[in-house]
Amino acid sequence: MSLKIVVLAKQVPDTRNVGPDAMTPEGTVNRAALPAVFNPEDLNALEQALRLKEQFPGSSISVVTMGLPKSAEVIREALYRGADEGYVITDRCLGGADTLATSYTLSQAIKKIGDYDIILGGRQAIDGDTAQVGPQIAEKLGLTQVTYAEEILKLDPVAKKIVIKRHIDGGVETVEAPLPLVVTVNGSAAPCRPRNAKRVMKYKNATAPAERTPEQNEAMAEMLAKKPYLNITQWGAAEIDADPEQIGKTGSPTNVKAVKNIVFKAKESRTMTSSDADVEGLIVELLESNTIG
Amino acid sequence: MNNVFVYCEIEGKTVADVSLELLTKGRKLANTLGVQLECICAGYNLGDIEKQVLPYGVDKVHVFDAEGLFPYTSNPHTALVVNLFKEEKPQICLMGATVIGRDLGPRVSSSLHSGLTADCTQLEIGDFETNVKNADGEMVKKQYTQQLYQIRPAFGGNIVATIVNPEHRPQMATVREGVMKKEILDANYKGEVIRHDVAKYVPETEYVVKVLDRHIEKAKHNLKGASIVVSGGYGMGSREGFDMLFELAKELHAEVGASRAAVDAGFADHDRQIGQTGVTVRPKVYIACGISGQIQHIAGMQDAGIIISINNDPNAPINTIADYVINGTVEEVVPKMIKYYKKNSK
Repeated sequence: MSLKIVVLAKQVPDTRNVGPDAMTPEGTVNRAALPAVFNPEDLNALEQALRLKEQFPGSSISVVTMGLPKSAEVIREALYRGADEGYVITDRCLGGADTLATSYTLSQAIKKIGDYDIILGGRQAIDGDTAQVGPQIAEKLGLTQVTYAEEILKLDPVAKKIVIKRHIDGGVETVEAPLPLVVTVNGSAAPCRPRNAKRVMKYKNATAPAERTPEQNEAMAEMLAKKPYLNITQWGAAEIDADPEQIGKTGSPTNVKAVKNIVFKAKESRTMTSSDADVEGLIVELLESNTIG
Repeated sequence: MNNVFVYCEIEGKTVADVSLELLTKGRKLANTLGVQLECICAGYNLGDIEKQVLPYGVDKVHVFDAEGLFPYTSNPHTALVVNLFKEEKPQICLMGATVIGRDLGPRVSSSLHSGLTADCTQLEIGDFETNVKNADGEMVKKQYTQQLYQIRPAFGGNIVATIVNPEHRPQMATVREGVMKKEILDANYKGEVIRHDVAKYVPETEYVVKVLDRHIEKAKHNLKGASIVVSGGYGMGSREGFDMLFELAKELHAEVGASRAAVDAGFADHDRQIGQTGVTVRPKVYIACGISGQIQHIAGMQDAGIIISINNDPNAPINTIADYVINGTVEEVVPKMIKYYKKNSK
């Protein structure tokens, strides 16, 4: 029995391991210092998909991302690690989407991809931390969901059942759910395997049309005829039959009213050095005022 | 109709602290709006669960008591919330930003097509003005009064965003445990209790996920309730670097916290993260070691009584809100603090 697996991935600015140059002197984020990366928990989700593919030979993994044309980079990364094909959902009119408009758009793309047994994605993306898109896609597709998954323990393709260990507040639980369903994978799940060198050679020229100049498109036509897998499928709103009222900013119930730069009310702070006398003086002062001890 | 709703999370027969905190906040919002506060209690064998929530000023308690509603699974809880909301048409719905709230909230918001803001740090009522297209396609100003301001730090440094959902109801928000304060309004507060027929709200077909096994462990630490917190940032350099913080914490009878950067780098466990997407603390003393002080972190500790910052960068943002700033490396200062505490406390 083989499975049809969909993996949702997002390209995000790397908000982890921020170096000293991550902030500008004005206190805003220096975006140039934050590289765009494969959202970490989406990699955990990809690993679970790859394990299922190993367990059920003949299974296929389709990776779907929504974003700017350059987000096709995460599709290539997934192809290098073992995914079979990728879809970039990109269109000017999709910009400004909140989680609800995003989940509508992705659910339309998944409907177009068609039959699927399991949809996997990271629990949340590090640029927003909302954890909303997975459950919202499940609801829109009329599927159940298992969030915060740590490991797929068992999948029975005949009985169409899956057993998953998931994180809950203060512990873990094991649940059994019917296929098809949406599973969001927690960062505590197994890390994703590295790129496979052979697959890097095979897919390094894979691109989405929007990444190519018209000249490159022409030059690549012959190669794509021979190697169709080098074309990353690109869909806009029309290709996925998206209702214009439900996408982009129009389809987003949430509005940003205001964005405010916070200036902390400076306290009258006492500054001291790391000398023995200063540190001991502070400790003695805190002890005498019963603040500590 | 148009009331404020809180979805109460229930472990066994106990309402979670985060839900009681939201009831306290919900009561204030309802007062500002001149409406009632209602809540949902769903589980199994709940007994007189209303006694736990009424003292927070709840006017109407909706009880859903049936086998299959505990332990929580996504579909039945979504069905009862969505179907109840279709009848009651609340204007605001608050949930804890817990594993359950973050599983349920988005599913409900998708089903009702309403906006949901995650991990809010403040909730207020205010007006909103925006430009909309009229029938002739012209842009005109439109006023909305008494909207829920969902305020949360946004990615991008020291930035706080205010989110509104003017055209859709309910306005939904999740809030982490400890962000709002829980306060009993009146131990004898009188509210209506409605025990619903669960089958009317949850079709049998919704019970699709079975919980086979469940383990809840007692928390390893009490960061939220600690009176002194020693907290480390990316500047601690490594997991081993945190050892000296545990040593200082042991002396001071304190708990150890960490910034998100330190947790993401693997220096400290996830459950020790302090900030908007971690734990919110209000200790008597907060000792920030090698923490620069991004808004996400400050949101989770700014109400500490006394803030001590140890940092070799004199311009670290956290220094502006600190009562004491020690200019120096943590490697130098923390051992000295341990040494002089031992010397002077006896």
